[in-house]
Amino acid sequence: MEKYLIMNPLDFPILSTIIFLPLVGVALILLMRKELAIKVTALIASIATLVLSVVLCAYFDPRTPRFQFGESLSWIQMYNINYTLGVDGITILLIVLTALVTPACVLCSWTSISQRIKEFMICILLMETSMIGVFCSLDFILFYVFWEAMLIPMYLLIAVWGGPQRDYASIKFFIYTLFGSVFLLVAIIALYLVNGTFSIPEAMYKNYPFQFQAWVFLAFAIAFAIKVPMFPFHTWLPAAHTEAPTAGSVLLASILLKMGTYGFMRFCLPITPVASFAFAPYIVALSVIAIIYGGFVCLSQTDMKKLIAYSSVAHMGFVTLGIFTFTKIGFEGAMLQMINHGITTGALFLSVGIVYERTHSRDIYDNAGLGKITPVYVGFFGLFAISSFGFPGTNNFVGELYVLVSAFAWSKAVGFLAVVGAVLAAAYMLRLLKLIVWGREDKRTIRDMNLREVIYLLPLGVFVIWIGLFPRPFVRMMEMTLSHLLWRLQGFSH
Amino acid sequence: MVIESAQPLLPIAIVLCVSVLILLSRKKPNVREFWSIAGAVLTFAAVVMMVPPVWRGDRLVYTLSTIAPGISLNFRVDALSLVFGIVSSFLWIFASVYNIGYMRTLKEHAQTRYYVCFAVSILGAQGVSYSGGLFSLYLFYEIITLFTYPLVAHHQDEEGYAGGKKYLVYLMGTSKGLLLPAVILTYVMTGTLDFSDTITSGVFPGGADNVWITVTYVLFIFGFAKAAIMPFHNWLPSAMVAPTPVSALLHAVAVVKAGVFCIARVMLSTFGTALLQDSGLGLLTAYFVSFTILAASIIALTKDDLKARLAYSTVSQLSYVILGVALLDKSGVLGGIIHILNHGFSKITLFFCAGAIFVASRRKKISDMAGIGYAMPFTMGAFAIASLSMIGVPPVAGFVTKWYLLNGALEIGNLPIMIILMASTILNAGYFVPITFRAFFTGDKKTWKQEGIGEAPLTMVIPLVIAALISVGLGLYPNAFSYLIGRLF
Repeated sequence: MEKYLIMNPLDFPILSTIIFLPLVGVALILLMRKELAIKVTALIASIATLVLSVVLCAYFDPRTPRFQFGESLSWIQMYNINYTLGVDGITILLIVLTALVTPACVLCSWTSISQRIKEFMICILLMETSMIGVFCSLDFILFYVFWEAMLIPMYLLIAVWGGPQRDYASIKFFIYTLFGSVFLLVAIIALYLVNGTFSIPEAMYKNYPFQFQAWVFLAFAIAFAIKVPMFPFHTWLPAAHTEAPTAGSVLLASILLKMGTYGFMRFCLPITPVASFAFAPYIVALSVIAIIYGGFVCLSQTDMKKLIAYSSVAHMGFVTLGIFTFTKIGFEGAMLQMINHGITTGALFLSVGIVYERTHSRDIYDNAGLGKITPVYVGFFGLFAISSFGFPGTNNFVGELYVLVSAFAWSKAVGFLAVVGAVLAAAYMLRLLKLIVWGREDKRTIRDMNLREVIYLLPLGVFVIWIGLFPRPFVRMMEMTLSHLLWRLQGFSH
Repeated sequence: MVIESAQPLLPIAIVLCVSVLILLSRKKPNVREFWSIAGAVLTFAAVVMMVPPVWRGDRLVYTLSTIAPGISLNFRVDALSLVFGIVSSFLWIFASVYNIGYMRTLKEHAQTRYYVCFAVSILGAQGVSYSGGLFSLYLFYEIITLFTYPLVAHHQDEEGYAGGKKYLVYLMGTSKGLLLPAVILTYVMTGTLDFSDTITSGVFPGGADNVWITVTYVLFIFGFAKAAIMPFHNWLPSAMVAPTPVSALLHAVAVVKAGVFCIARVMLSTFGTALLQDSGLGLLTAYFVSFTILAASIIALTKDDLKARLAYSTVSQLSYVILGVALLDKSGVLGGIIHILNHGFSKITLFFCAGAIFVASRRKKISDMAGIGYAMPFTMGAFAIASLSMIGVPPVAGFVTKWYLLNGALEIGNLPIMIILMASTILNAGYFVPITFRAFFTGDKKTWKQEGIGEAPLTMVIPLVIAALISVGLGLYPNAFSYLIGRLF
């Protein structure tokens, strides 16, 4: 174990603290009755988590590919199940992203959620705990517990606070994800039967026969492909994203979709490398289909949230494309795109939420022509919209550039097909932006953004430009882990 | 000598600050316009400060950030950069003054948005000039596209939206669909997006696949659709729905010159003259753009709308720049690059004149302009001078270009190119001379007097007269810029 895990050098268990701090918030909220107190408590809990995750970043050592800040306790000895936590270059930024997005979710629900605010905030904080838990777990059972734990609050967020078709959307989301989880469990048990342990790092450093790898890969792949979601498993996504309340859409888009691609990088590549190579052409094909299909579907949307939801399908296609072209720059691009998509699409959903609170409509036409009415809002929306289609100088451009380089190096045909998706992205996003800014002439009274709204969008805007112009510090955090992963994979490539 | 210096960032930073200041002073039009003019002057000063080292044959370089191994947000200033940098910053001063007269006389709406977008477009042009690699080049190239769109669609009527849409579809479509893969293919083949040190060598290694080099090259040529090489030229005439100062500075200087500048830059600093020579791609390009030179001129002959005629003239003239560079010898490259400057000054004069005519008389069609020379002698005088430059009559600037280009064609002994240059000169005369003739030698003085039409406001007439005089100056004394550009070799 020590081989893969550097124990926590700090004098308190930082990962456990980050994971369970939101739960402390939940406990406090349970005792409260006043709405304001509940909201403030949720905000403080999420911001404290953010601060701690930044501390985690500061102490993170990017020079080693091993897991850091390790914590290990025996949990269920009979089955060799342990409470093992650790962070490496793949997860560190995802944790920070989660911690960054959650306060925004709390703030964006400040006035838009009018009923059952207590339960709502509890759901958000439970989500945070389980999401960060998923990223930190180094034991399959622990991972699975957190993985499933995400499902319930998310289901509730959609089913209780969602839009008119929330029943349909929430059930669809639940069934799809649960269906995938079953396969995940099968794979986990299969690995346990072979290894005699649920330790993730130990499973990563073993050689399995090809046939075993192929089955385990497929089981993993179904679970993760639904989560990403990859074409053709994406149909739960537009419904869920559209019907969920703003905070729910943000959590879904920014973090939950990353669980799938994270799973591919954490489990499929290291545990089943030979199968990953074997199935790569199919995954690449599905990624390209997702990129192009997502783009075309976006072109014809009239619902803002649906448009952004389908654009996620295309964007996540870039991530899986980056992963399964097996180059260092492709891995880095995929990781960057995971972060970038979390920032940009999260911000876009937040923006839609802001305008929805005022016009009570997600229809593009109802929210069109805001250029003169709400200039600050349009400024933010414009930044996130151009970032979403990969305008140079913004975060998504860097990620897409990395992934496209990898795609072109893998196969020029795949590269050119992915470029088609990039063109489509520009087309649908510019269309949306033009309509939002100039689509209507009439004068309406719509309030511009208030301070609270600026406060939660501004940090995301800063990251859009920061990663867009200075991506290296971010890449450096993950570089060693990814190089190591690639180096290990290359040993199996023949 | 290569000098590490952040100086290339200075003009870009100034324009950025000015854009913010313009936005902040939106409630006070006079202050806002002051920032435009002051910003233009300061930017030009910052550009001029970079002339001495380049004059000595040095090169300024600066890397702001690394994006990936071999890809960085970097800047470099050499003679090629300076020519475009000087043109776009200097003419911005004129355009800023001219803007005031035009926008206020016509009481245009959304003036703050207009000025901000104008400034940011110049920022893009400055950034393109000083880009040290394809990443920076692409970044600033796209900034120009995005921020000129609100200017093209400024009137927000059906015509404006249609023109704007075409503009975006052509420019964004080509930059995403052709330019981006070209950039990535370059990186995949060479491992770097930086420009090479000399204009002969290029960045492609000896063993690179010739087919893919050719594909990349073609993608580049069409990807920079701002250069308006046929068949990707149609956005330019449509963009003429914009207010005339936009057509003048952006669609005669900053935007379109960014296109030809980028092509010239990529030909010289990414592919290199040696590779283009050996593969025959250089001459092929020359022949290919010759078609645009002739065809656009022929279309220009048929246009009665003054701005449309000027637009097609621009399409034709832009390809001179590429033709010159594609000849790959010293005279040709010199002629091509110096045409960025010569055409810039002359064409902005012509557009300024078109705008002044519109502001003073609300006339757009050439057929309605009989005798307008009586009413607007200064404007039409400047127009006459600038159109002589377009034709290439000595001693106006355009002559210098044609002289170098013909010399370039002569040096490599290419008769077809020489014939094309002659033919295009005749065509140029064919569509410019009649305008001047109609203005001064036909029509009736009285009708103009009765309508009470005279010269446009002074803030418009003065810039256009000075620009015309500078065109003459550049024709009389081309040595300074020839020497500067010669530093590339």
